[in-house]
Amino acid sequence: MSGFKSTDKYIASRDLEVAVNAAVSLQRPLLVKGEPGTGKTVLAHEVAQSLGMPLIEWHIKSTTKAQQGLYEYDAVSRLRDGQLGDERVRDIGNYIVKGKLWEAFESEQQVLVLIDEIDKADIEFPNDLLLELDRMQFFVYETRKTIAAIHRPIVIITSNNEKELPDAFLRRCFFHYIRFPDRETMEMIVQTHYPDIRKDLAREALNVFFQVREVPGLKKKPATSELLDWLKLLMVEDLPVEALRANEKHVVIPPLHGALLKNEQDVHLFERLAFLARRGG
Amino acid sequence: MFSHLILGLRSAGLPSSITEYLTLMGAMKAGVADYSVEDFYYLARATLVKDERHLDKFDRVFGACFKGLEAPEGVKVQELPEEWLRKLAEKMLSPEEMAKIEAMGGFDALMKRLQELLAEQKSRHQGGSKWIGTAGTSPFGAYGANPEGVRIGQDKSRNRTAVKVWDKREFKDLDDTVELGTRGMKLALRRLRRFARQGAATELDLPDTIRSTAKNAGSLDLKMVPERHNNVKVLMLFDIGGSMDDHVKLTEELFSAVRTEFKHLEYYYFHNCPYERVWKNNRRRHEEVIPTWQVLRTYGPDYKLIIVGDGAMSPYEITMAGGSVEHWNEEAGTVWIDRLKGHYRRAAWLNPTPKQSWGHVRSINMLNDMMEGRMFPLTVNGIDDMTRELSR
Repeated sequence: MSGFKSTDKYIASRDLEVAVNAAVSLQRPLLVKGEPGTGKTVLAHEVAQSLGMPLIEWHIKSTTKAQQGLYEYDAVSRLRDGQLGDERVRDIGNYIVKGKLWEAFESEQQVLVLIDEIDKADIEFPNDLLLELDRMQFFVYETRKTIAAIHRPIVIITSNNEKELPDAFLRRCFFHYIRFPDRETMEMIVQTHYPDIRKDLAREALNVFFQVREVPGLKKKPATSELLDWLKLLMVEDLPVEALRANEKHVVIPPLHGALLKNEQDVHLFERLAFLARRGG
Repeated sequence: MFSHLILGLRSAGLPSSITEYLTLMGAMKAGVADYSVEDFYYLARATLVKDERHLDKFDRVFGACFKGLEAPEGVKVQELPEEWLRKLAEKMLSPEEMAKIEAMGGFDALMKRLQELLAEQKSRHQGGSKWIGTAGTSPFGAYGANPEGVRIGQDKSRNRTAVKVWDKREFKDLDDTVELGTRGMKLALRRLRRFARQGAATELDLPDTIRSTAKNAGSLDLKMVPERHNNVKVLMLFDIGGSMDDHVKLTEELFSAVRTEFKHLEYYYFHNCPYERVWKNNRRRHEEVIPTWQVLRTYGPDYKLIIVGDGAMSPYEITMAGGSVEHWNEEAGTVWIDRLKGHYRRAAWLNPTPKQSWGHVRSINMLNDMMEGRMFPLTVNGIDDMTRELSR
């Protein structure tokens, strides 16, 4: 079986590989949870690439409804066309707009569907998709047709844990929780993304990064994606390593902190800590 | 085949079902785990656990079910240099013990027997008196009681085996031991849902469209309305520690029920009576306090406030400045409760102690008076009454 493995762009732990392969071979959805910025969405891209499948992304918003993933009936255009006496109006099928899942079901090739941030949607959203994801088919009321998947797509669902998902939904999925990477893994991740980064810069930056994560009371702890952005900035600015090293004694605001700290309370917190450190030192 | 695993998980309170067990079997059949214990562990985890809170429990049950089944270490053991074993044995054994070994045929005989066993042994073994493994009385293996024991297979060589992975119990932090059976509460809380039309007009308003089209002498005039959303917002304050320890289970059930029911849910902890500070993470309650003022500023009056606490304390903790048992509070509890009540028009207090006993505790009476009688027992009926009161 040609399974999913870490690629040169994405470091996957062994347990993640097993979970992905289980989902692929049993053709059941894989639910991925974890802190924001630990690479949940990127995972789907990497899996699609390594299995050589097209990726269909469905990003969920608070207004998204399950039905929109299947199809929508555009009653408004039909009304308008009806007034204008258009011939198309006689066939309701002309006004059915296909959704992402329909697209995936219809595809001649097996595809990978990413349902991104399912927890953003209304509480009922996952329940509304139960049958569709289980049987990989649905019924179009307007045209009285059943749409069934030609090839069962592989489904990867991500959640940021803002809401709990119903049991009946969970029962049908495989589950993986991406833990925050430890330092060793983080070094590997940095290495794969920026192979030509200076060793000392990477080391110091990681020191600062893990220090920042340790600071109590942060509203949003910086995660992998923030670290990578920040490193990129550091490389572009070509800062001397000393600018980072000064931080070892006291907590001061790391240079270019805009990439790491994402809300003003956190920046204030750091300013306060830096002030106390200066006064204390 | 692994039914004891699933039974163990269920008795530990994990909501794993037959469907998931069958999925696991299917995945095994499809060769996902590939005869590796570690992969099997990962596979079982991905199949049977659906919430990171249960991961720690899973690790414990898995460890208990498959104790002694960790990867056979035969290969590694065979690689041990004979020299090293001999040395170790000499170092560890007393003269009498050495004599006993002599009785068995001397050291070379011991080594030969070891080699025979290694060849014969197919799986890892624990206990018993013949095979190589741990904790047995066989001469070979770790932690043994046999005076001729040779230490094999522990410490370093175990580092890479699967048992290590679940023995680490990395998910301990996420386990909040939420019990099952919160359905009653969830249903009671559901009453708080309030659907309102809000935001951009995205839905076709059919009656209005028909009306305006008719008015327009038949030429189409579309009317849109915003979609309906459940927009109830809930702020919860939990009393924690002290006398609340007796009610931990009930409070957790409530917590897990509200987590599923509301989209806009914020929660903070306090001790005994809300004062000028609350906290979000009980383990770091002294480092990460949040001023109550900040909570009031952040969450507007459209939030519904639910305070959960047994209200059992000394009356001074409510009425006096500096009455708190934990710290010096500048303003009395009454001031803060009035402030919360003034800010949140819809507020209630849930009390996990039985309603009959409230009369005997003075502080509960005081709090109930301050909440204007909106104190409810933490039972399904009590929650039902509370939701009715809050959604009025």
